[in-house]
Amino acid sequence: MGKTIVVPGDILSDNIKMSGSGTYVRDGEVCAAVYGILNAGDRYISVIPLAGKYIPHANDRVIGIVTEVAYSNWIVDINAPYEGVLHISQYPQRIDVENMSRYLKVGDCILTMVKDVDAGMRVELSFRDRENRRLDDGRIITIDPTKMPRVIGRSGSMIRLLKNEIGCGMFVGQNGRIWINGNDDRIDLAIQTVKYIEDYAHTPGLTERVQAFLKAKQKTRYGRTHESAESAEHVESAENTEGTDEVRNGNE
Amino acid sequence: MSERPERFIIDGKRLDGRSFDELRPIKIELSPLDRADGSCYLEWGRNKVMAAVYGPRELHPRHRQNMTRAVMQFRYNMASFSVDDRIRPGHNRRSIEISKVSREAFEPVVFTKFFPKTAIDVFVEVLRADAGTRTAGINAASLALADAGIPMRSLVSACAVGKVDGEIVLDLMKEEDNYGEADVPVAMTVGEEITLLQMDGHLTPKEFYKALELAKSGCRQVYGLQRQALVEKYNKDYSVDEDDARSDAGGDSDE
Repeated sequence: MGKTIVVPGDILSDNIKMSGSGTYVRDGEVCAAVYGILNAGDRYISVIPLAGKYIPHANDRVIGIVTEVAYSNWIVDINAPYEGVLHISQYPQRIDVENMSRYLKVGDCILTMVKDVDAGMRVELSFRDRENRRLDDGRIITIDPTKMPRVIGRSGSMIRLLKNEIGCGMFVGQNGRIWINGNDDRIDLAIQTVKYIEDYAHTPGLTERVQAFLKAKQKTRYGRTHESAESAEHVESAENTEGTDEVRNGNE
Repeated sequence: MSERPERFIIDGKRLDGRSFDELRPIKIELSPLDRADGSCYLEWGRNKVMAAVYGPRELHPRHRQNMTRAVMQFRYNMASFSVDDRIRPGHNRRSIEISKVSREAFEPVVFTKFFPKTAIDVFVEVLRADAGTRTAGINAASLALADAGIPMRSLVSACAVGKVDGEIVLDLMKEEDNYGEADVPVAMTVGEEITLLQMDGHLTPKEFYKALELAKSGCRQVYGLQRQALVEKYNKDYSVDEDDARSDAGGDSDE
């Protein structure tokens, strides 16, 4: 089953009711609007883009970085062409305008949700949910937002795989930012894996590939420990063994 | 600067041995630039151009934002070393004009309505010029826009026609451009809607229509190469070897 690549302007169907995302209708025909992979379903034809920017929509869960503390608002970078606005009233507790930066200051990373996007593309964020919070530890990486669905997997299957196999905390924001938490080794492995998913995002059988990738990674780590133990330095080899054990524990 | 050749057409062939309706060879490389959202390097005969697309991104200064659509910004620039005599760097009358007409070649094609208040920036840098740089720039920019994932009604393909020694010929090279009788750059979509049409020199109405048809056939050829480049880019990026292709027959869980 080869995947069909379409370029903007390709005619996909003559049934205009089939027009899905990434397509448009011209002279009674459905045409591709973006460069991507053709996804022809029974009821809709859509094109999965291979690149693009994150455009915020209501109820998206995103990871933002506070860029400015304005009067009664926090301005938040959400990795989109538009800035997010978090109003003081959205904070779960009552805050005085003078004390805003005591709660969220410039540079703080937050896990937040898009509450509403109006016609003028003013993006209102919400911070009310239980899961919304400031991220004080872990690391954040940014990947291509169009590849986000691959990192999430069908109803979260890929995230679950990564969390279980690597043993780290992980939150995937829809804006292309991923927050990973755990010890440094595991974070490194998680980042490598996410990059791998990004590189092979549109290949079939991705889940199996990722499993094989993780297995291979863990094997090489084990092998390297052996080598260094044989060669020299006591301290280093001890450290390495420790690290390997941890990784192995994480898998069990 | 080269001398004016005595004759442009010898034994039915042009100076570089091409026939009247033949394009110069085109080489396309997609995404050469890491930091751009989309980019394309294109060689067309002895032309070398690089196109980069950034955006949609926040537009500054703010008063230039449009509340209903994205603003397209197109910058065509020739590198000072792109021609025999060094040219003064920076914008000049000619590059400002080319930037404008190139931008207008894309404005009807890009779905700017999807990204209100933003800017879509296209930069075309001519590294080596040998006639037809604006059409080369448009072709590269079109691919860079597709590469950036920007929604468009169609790719844009461009090609020039001209008149030398009383003959209508496709895709002028430098001597033909400098000393020929006419130069007509054309850009169009797949649906053959023309988004750029200029003319330098003189043609009779009859010659003009003949030239336009020839230009369209050139654009169709260019479109074929553009399309091929995009498809090949995917196959190169995600080439799956045979074993993998077979093993995924059962496990298509992530689609």
